[in-house]
Amino acid sequence: MNVAVRFDAVSFSYGGIEVLDHTSFHIHEGEFAALLGPNGAGKTTILKLILGLARPAHGRVSVFGQSPEAARGDVGYVPQAVVYDPAFPVSVERVVLMGRLPGASGRYCRDDKEAARRAMDEAGVAALADRSYAALSGGQRRRVLVARALASSPRLLILDEPTSNMDTESEELLFRSLGALKGRTTILIVTHDTSFVSSLTDAALCIRERGGRRGEVVRHPVEPVAEEGLRERGAGPVLRVLHETDLGEDACFEGEERR
Amino acid sequence: MSGFFTALFDPAMPFVRNAVLASLLSSLLFGVLGAVVTVKRVAGLAGAISHAVLGGVGLSIFLASRGILPDLPPIVGALVFAVLAALLIALVSLKAKQREDTVINAIWAIGMSLGVLLIAKTPGYADPMSYLFGNILLVSGRDLILLAALDALVIVLAWAFLPQIEASAFDEDFARTRGVKTDLVFLVLLAVVAVAVVLLQTFVGIVMVIAMLTLPAGTASRSAKSLAGMMLLASLYSVIFSLLGLGASWALDLPAGATVVVISGLVFLGASGAGLAAGALRMRRVRKTAHAKTGLQDCVSGASLSGPKEGA
Repeated sequence: MNVAVRFDAVSFSYGGIEVLDHTSFHIHEGEFAALLGPNGAGKTTILKLILGLARPAHGRVSVFGQSPEAARGDVGYVPQAVVYDPAFPVSVERVVLMGRLPGASGRYCRDDKEAARRAMDEAGVAALADRSYAALSGGQRRRVLVARALASSPRLLILDEPTSNMDTESEELLFRSLGALKGRTTILIVTHDTSFVSSLTDAALCIRERGGRRGEVVRHPVEPVAEEGLRERGAGPVLRVLHETDLGEDACFEGEERR
Repeated sequence: MSGFFTALFDPAMPFVRNAVLASLLSSLLFGVLGAVVTVKRVAGLAGAISHAVLGGVGLSIFLASRGILPDLPPIVGALVFAVLAALLIALVSLKAKQREDTVINAIWAIGMSLGVLLIAKTPGYADPMSYLFGNILLVSGRDLILLAALDALVIVLAWAFLPQIEASAFDEDFARTRGVKTDLVFLVLLAVVAVAVVLLQTFVGIVMVIAMLTLPAGTASRSAKSLAGMMLLASLYSVIFSLLGLGASWALDLPAGATVVVISGLVFLGASGAGLAAGALRMRRVRKTAHAKTGLQDCVSGASLSGPKEGA
């Protein structure tokens, strides 16, 4: 199976503070992966490296076999939040069109508008197209950002803490959209909730510090949660991450069979 | 006010027509540039650049009056200080974001103080107030040509790069992931703001430049639906405020620049106040509706609970 994202002995530090030390892991094409870790573990750094917003001090990051900068057209990114001026007058459709943004000069064409329309349908926000982005609820905004990421038909979709501050209905709608994408798009969800993941998850990758080495990424198995009362996450019951068991780098995604 | 219109068409008073033309041309700059400055949240940067300009003006007139550089026009010093301030702000903003506020405030205060000090030490009489508020009635034909050229440049840049400007103002990281050179967008914006500030302050003054870069755009943002719409509306507001200010200053014998700023400020505050009041009313209505629904539910649940008891 082809590899979508590969980290080979990647090291990165902010100033003198080391965040990743020879970090290695990979995610296969078509996999639904969850990158777990507490705040400050290095999740955002890993995202920035995949998106080409930061460069490793040592090691190599590749996305679909290319450098992150070269693969930018294949990657859709949904940030945790957008810090923007609330006085910024921008419609939902205009935000989604940003997913089709030409890097250099140039304006949006008819194809871009059609792609934006399709992406809004996929994310369930087509009815909001003409609404002001500032007038939406937090959950609706997050789904608009998902539509923006989908507008470029990415092969890899990255979502940073997609359910934080989200109401249950929006969370269900979001995971329903992600469930429809599963299999044809590689999905990487980053979350600080290290205990449970969505039932869509194929691979639980946990960032931890071990033996003084920061940013070690290990695969853990997951199991369905039987307990009553645990909130369902969109596309079914949640899965518990079994932190006591490491799967190792060679335990790769094999679809439903492995679970 | 009729005296203003008489003067406007009086062949002996070309300066009034020049002032009106300057108002129209600068309104386009204030509208387009002001909208970008507002949504990109760099009004503080523009303020620092515009106040640093006073240091350059002061240095120019000081050096010229002392005979060190006798032919040095104030605009040259202003341009040098504006570019230096923009470069310093850009460097700090891109490389040490956490120190941005301190550096902006330092440039703002030092530039202005230096200007006041140098103007005070210049032989003869020079009033810093004339640089702070300018005098739009002294605009020359050459100034109008320069303004028109800067208008053309800003319109071309805004037209060609509107999606990139919009995206980098909305979400810079995402714009970078789409291949937009956001640092370049920021640098070009600062450079254009610096040049515009220098050109505009010579006849409308430093205070009016920063006021007109923010107030019409801030007012326009309340009703505009898009960045392009905000640019157009802000330009229109700027035209209205400028012409009203010119007419009022002529009729009431007031300084033109200060009158325009006061009118713009009052409209902005009025629009903001109206917006806040409308928001509060909306919230009150929502709470009232929610309260009514809850009350109704209580009644319904109360009836359903007590009904059987009573009947039993």
